[in-house]
Amino acid sequence: MARITINGKTIEVADTATILQAAKLHKIPIPTLCHHPKLTPFGGCRLCIVEVKGMPKPVTSCTTTVGNGMEITTSSPYLQELRKTVLELILSDHPNDCMICEKAGDCTLQNLAYDYGIRENRFQGERRTYAKRDNNPFVERDLEKCILCGRCVKACDEIQGVEAIDFGYRGFNSKICTSYEQDLDCEFCGQCISVCPTGALTGKLWIRKGRKDHQEEVDTICTYCGTGCTITAHVKDNEILKITSKEQTMNEGWLCVKGRFGYRFVNSPERLTRPLIKRNGAFEEASWPEALDHVAKRLVEIKAGYGADAIGGLSSARCTNEENYAFQKLIRAGIGTNNVDHCARL
Amino acid sequence: MTNSIREIEGMEVIFIVGSNTKETHPVIANRMLKARRRGAKIIIADPRKIPMVKFCDIHLQIRPGSDIALLNSMAKVILAEGLQNDEFIGEKTEGFDAWKASIETFTPEYAEKITGVPADEIVKAARMYGSSRKAGVFYTMGITQHACGTDNVSALANLVSLTGNIGRESTGINPLRGQNNVQGASDAACLPNVYPGYQNVEDPAIRNKFEKAWGAPLSPKAGMMSTVMMNEAAAGKLKALYIMGENPIITDPNMHHTVKALENLEFLVVQDIFLTDTAKFADVVLPASCSFEKNGTFTNTERRVQRVRQAVNPPGEAREDLWIITEISKRLGLDMENSPEKIFTEYCRLWPAIAGISYARLEKRGLCWPCPAADHPGTPYLYKDGFPKGKVNFVPVSYQPPAEVCDREYPFVLTTGRNLFQYHSGSMTRRVEPIESHAGEPYVEINPFDSKNLGISSGDIIKVRSRRGEIAIKARITPRVSEGTVFIPMHYREAAANVLTIDALDPQVKIPELKVCAVALSTAGP
Amino acid sequence: MTKNKTVVNVCMGTGGMASGGAEVLQAFRAELEAAAFPAEVKEHCLAHRVGCRGLCAKDVLVDVLTDGSVTTYQFIKPDMVPRIVTEHIIGKTPVAEWQVGEDYENFHQKQVKIVLSDCGKIDPEDPDDYHAVGGYGTARDVLTEWLPGEVIEEIKASGLRGRGGAGFPTGLKWELGRKARGDIKYIICNADEGDPGAFMDRAVIEGNPHAVIEGMIIAAYAIGAHHGYVYIRAEYPLAVERLKLAIERARRRLFLGRNIFGTTFDFDIQVKLGAGAFVCGEETALIASIEGQRGMPRPKPPFPVNKGLWQRPTVINNVETLANVPYIMRRGYQWYASHGTERSRGTKVFALTGKIKNPGLIEVPMGITLREIIEDIGGGIEGGKKLKAVQTGGPSGGCIPANMLDINVDYESLAKVGSIVGSGGMIVLDEDNCMVNMAKYFIQFTQEESCGKCVPCRIGTKRLLEIMERITKGQGKEGDLELLDTLSNSIKVTSLCGLGQTAPNPVLSTLKYFREEFEAHVRDKKCPAKVCKDLITYSIIEGACKGCGACLRACPAGAVTGEKKKPHKIDPDICIKCGACFEACKFKSVGRD
Ligand SMILES: Cc1cc2nc3c(=O)[nH]c(=O)nc-3n(C[C@H](O)[C@H](O)[C@H](O)COP(=O)(O)O)c2cc1C
Ligand code: SF4
Ligand code: SF4
Repeated sequence: MARITINGKTIEVADTATILQAAKLHKIPIPTLCHHPKLTPFGGCRLCIVEVKGMPKPVTSCTTTVGNGMEITTSSPYLQELRKTVLELILSDHPNDCMICEKAGDCTLQNLAYDYGIRENRFQGERRTYAKRDNNPFVERDLEKCILCGRCVKACDEIQGVEAIDFGYRGFNSKICTSYEQDLDCEFCGQCISVCPTGALTGKLWIRKGRKDHQEEVDTICTYCGTGCTITAHVKDNEILKITSKEQTMNEGWLCVKGRFGYRFVNSPERLTRPLIKRNGAFEEASWPEALDHVAKRLVEIKAGYGADAIGGLSSARCTNEENYAFQKLIRAGIGTNNVDHCARL
Repeated sequence: MTNSIREIEGMEVIFIVGSNTKETHPVIANRMLKARRRGAKIIIADPRKIPMVKFCDIHLQIRPGSDIALLNSMAKVILAEGLQNDEFIGEKTEGFDAWKASIETFTPEYAEKITGVPADEIVKAARMYGSSRKAGVFYTMGITQHACGTDNVSALANLVSLTGNIGRESTGINPLRGQNNVQGASDAACLPNVYPGYQNVEDPAIRNKFEKAWGAPLSPKAGMMSTVMMNEAAAGKLKALYIMGENPIITDPNMHHTVKALENLEFLVVQDIFLTDTAKFADVVLPASCSFEKNGTFTNTERRVQRVRQAVNPPGEAREDLWIITEISKRLGLDMENSPEKIFTEYCRLWPAIAGISYARLEKRGLCWPCPAADHPGTPYLYKDGFPKGKVNFVPVSYQPPAEVCDREYPFVLTTGRNLFQYHSGSMTRRVEPIESHAGEPYVEINPFDSKNLGISSGDIIKVRSRRGEIAIKARITPRVSEGTVFIPMHYREAAANVLTIDALDPQVKIPELKVCAVALSTAGP
Repeated sequence: MTKNKTVVNVCMGTGGMASGGAEVLQAFRAELEAAAFPAEVKEHCLAHRVGCRGLCAKDVLVDVLTDGSVTTYQFIKPDMVPRIVTEHIIGKTPVAEWQVGEDYENFHQKQVKIVLSDCGKIDPEDPDDYHAVGGYGTARDVLTEWLPGEVIEEIKASGLRGRGGAGFPTGLKWELGRKARGDIKYIICNADEGDPGAFMDRAVIEGNPHAVIEGMIIAAYAIGAHHGYVYIRAEYPLAVERLKLAIERARRRLFLGRNIFGTTFDFDIQVKLGAGAFVCGEETALIASIEGQRGMPRPKPPFPVNKGLWQRPTVINNVETLANVPYIMRRGYQWYASHGTERSRGTKVFALTGKIKNPGLIEVPMGITLREIIEDIGGGIEGGKKLKAVQTGGPSGGCIPANMLDINVDYESLAKVGSIVGSGGMIVLDEDNCMVNMAKYFIQFTQEESCGKCVPCRIGTKRLLEIMERITKGQGKEGDLELLDTLSNSIKVTSLCGLGQTAPNPVLSTLKYFREEFEAHVRDKKCPAKVCKDLITYSIIEGACKGCGACLRACPAGAVTGEKKKPHKIDPDICIKCGACFEACKFKSVGRD
């Protein structure tokens, strides 16, 4: 443990903690842009600088570990001025078209600009422009909004192990791209989208479907593999707009291509919407009472004719526990046979 | 899983057998990468150069179906080098000596002949796994979907017992469940031989308990497994089938056989969200709801019970499955609770291992069972305090060649599985536009060496034929498969791998041998 | 060197090679072979390739050592070789007219050569040559007779500081490396040398790669490393070739590899080629590059001595730093510390360039005055112009105005006036240099070389550059100078690595000493040095023009009109400001304003 003082307040934290972690733990705000708690520290945006007594210059709190007796100041006119300069520089190379940006309302850069009241910008100059190159079915990229925080690069490398993207070029022309701009070799997990703090990366599926406002968030479980990742469905007007996952979940907020993008079957026009009864080899729509009565009648007939063991039930590993429980209860107690199974072996 | 997913981070050695983790359980693979960044070593035994191979320390590229030879041989090396855990063997196991004698012949050199893996690689892997006391084993269908699936699992379990790598944090044996609620469906007893919570249907005391709880007489005789049901239907003995959310036409082996079975039924009810290939055979189709349209719980592969919450309403007149079941049940004279929470409460009352779980407790976070009391924190890893039956048994298993081996007519081994993008029979993922546009086409993976011999190039439509059927499919030339082996993903109905697969079953658990059969390849011709 | 031996040393550094050194050497070999010597004399007649001795402007330089005396020739071409052989080597009379002059003597007089002491004397490709002057013997002595801790103490006492730029005490760095916990440690020699205009490290490696290798062996022994890397830019093909050859030959003589010098100590060196990014000279970026990642700096701490290459303790030293080590160990810390000043001991190699009479590579004792370097060694300003300033430290450094010429050249004194010793670039500027333009050049360099990781450097230097461009184009605005100043200071404190932290230095120091020049650009839209094209106009001074037509013929744009013998005219709309007319006019009748 280390005893440190932040803004005059003495606290104790683990001596492996960074200043940023220590501050966060004690709810002391420090602005960040390139930092992501699940990724290795980067130190690129320079917004999280703090002053440490005895050090000649401000240090980045995301990369500096605490030391016993450290005296730290997280906010001062000098620091605010430096942070403002950095923000102005970022914004001087940013489209600033929040009014039509997907990320508005949920954008770290926008929030910081608001916090620091940046309307005028002392720095004007060239802005990067890119011709749109679009052959990615899942990820929408707007490189002009990219602030090169490097989070997507690290997510792709450290979390996903894919290394599909990296920094390329140098100086003002630096950009995130595949190495040597070769073809993209990507798993489309969308981890990169989930960590992008601005509107540079978005899911194609949810473009122009609505911004953060007026969405309802429902936490539920992914419908695909047995990992059972916790997902959050963003819903508006009875439609799922997008899927995200929160950092505190057992899956740490990471998802795969199916979990993140595979929800669109829900409103497929091919969904069954009416019960169907086959008559003379063709399906006819039926009402619920009609269909249910028919099913019950046939089951009773067959049981009467051949015994309960001539009936079987196959349940599903995609149905809930409650449904599975009720299903086997129906087969066992309602029909009277143990002929019930599911697809565990397939 | 005997461990929880989070514990993967703390493992020293991760041994993956027959699991294409990076594609079928990508987020678990992410944890494995995290462990690797912390210094964990990874061993993979798989016939294909699956994506995870990029991150492993040793890849044992075995011939399909030769797992037992590999595992027995690793055990032999561990014993030969004195790496076994004598204390664990002495205190917690039975049958060691007999088993030890049974693996006598499995020298690495002998195993090399069967598996195709160089003997010294087997030795290396055995040393790596055997010298760790914080190792986790992971497997999926690559182990179980064999005629010798049960034996495969036993061979793995023997290896685990030999080293005592179980019953501690970050140490255990972990089957990865393929579908999101396989664990839950099994727990809830959609199984022919047990009541909820694995309580034997043939035990009168237990049956008595359930008869009382459910207010109905229950059959004293275990039922049929799904694969048996299909055989019985084909034989005309099973007359009616109620299928809820399943698509056996695509997912079961030997499609022609499945078709025959369903056609033979007098009455088939299919409850699903799409008119699947199976639903087309039904007499009545009931429109159900998907997991975004209902409330309930799922239990994931680490035994974590988690809340499913309704996000949107089902379309049209489609209804929650639970409502449909209770409506039918009512008509059969059995009244059931119809709210998910009340059903869940009933379920928890009947199975002591989840007695401590309630919707209220699941609000924030899931709980891993066993969780016997309302103040119990759940159980991330199993067997901390010993094994349910006291001791674990060493089970001697011997190597048997797959049910169907290659011959001159069918010279290639076909193995099947999933890819990253599609899921199972594809009824959901194939209706997601970007997924379909990116990975919408069926393909067969062929080794470059084989394709050259056969004069096949990438993109050619070729014929793959087995004793059971034939499909036309696009060739994808890739070193991911080794020579003599081809791979077809199971998702594509237009070139369904299960037209080709064999319906040989494991004698005990009746799992079909989807991972090995013999096929022939030919260019499609005019 | 035996008395009766005749040796011809041909300068074959990159400069020498470019001037035809290889051909000269070839000519000497052929000529000596053919000459009618008695066999026993011929046996002792050798023609050698040697590295740079500094004065590249006079290449090819050739030393003839015979009868115990040295004669140096300059500007030698192959066709001059027969005469030297006939008259001097056989006839014993040096060819006086080709000998170097007084400036060659002056160039060397105030220099003190330690690092470069064997450069220009030994054959860099032959370890035996270096061995003959005591090389590798020092390492053997160190490994067999010294304890690692004693080596560190010796280096600490010598006062040697890092020559790569930052001037960190080398002994202390080694001590940290020795103390750092870890069973595997690395020593890296930084030979990236990305400073534009710097070529000290290249010359050392080309002239005496063995000193660097020996330095690395000693360093490795001191800190307990068994693996070494030399990170060298691929644009130095000759240096790379000689280095690889030297390592190969050292290995063959068991100076590298297992149980070197017959001790139990193992050490070997691997050469890694850099792609020529300036930022890859920064130690953490260099490490990332060796690891196969993009060369991007990482935040410090952790410092490489604790967590460097592959997260292992790693000591990184500059080429020149390491090349000093064998000499210090051979002659003792007191000898070394007797050169230089109290806090800056020893010597420093500089690449003296720009408007100087004798540009070249020099090694001077720390604390020498700038005046001595410019006037005595460099021979003063070229073409009788007036000295304006001296730029030191390249893109990370600053300028020292002419009125401060008596400043001592050492770490502290230069830092005090806003410049740095840096890696050793030294550019002499005269009245024809525009300071604004020079600062712009450096900021353009750093902007292009920024790795792009951090905001102040990536975007900040871009905005600095844009302001500088605006000013040199006559579009400077009120407030621009203040903006330059505040932005520069912000970049300095907020950038992640040394590149960004020092990038504004050229701007800040010129702003400090040459503010009027900036103001002239901004306020009067004039470039006093007449360099910034957009701010100068060419016109013909009517009374002076003789109408000779020279300007008309010289103008590539067709901007000059006029009839013969009558005053000409320049059309400012067509003029592209190339200055051809200005150069062409013999009567100084073209005005530049
Ligand atoms: C942008 C930048 C470029 C650098 N380039 C070099 C270089 O080319 N050669 C070098 O020796 N040091 C260079 N350095 C300094 C190194 O980071 C490091 O301090 C030095 O190699 C340490 O060796 P020394 O202590 O022997 O000087 C550079 C530093 C920065 C910030
Ligand atoms: S989608 Fe996943 S694999 Fe693809 S670039 Fe983003 S993080 Fe990498
Ligand atoms: S200061 Fe410049 S070179 Fe250094 S890390 Fe930042 S962007 Fe890269």
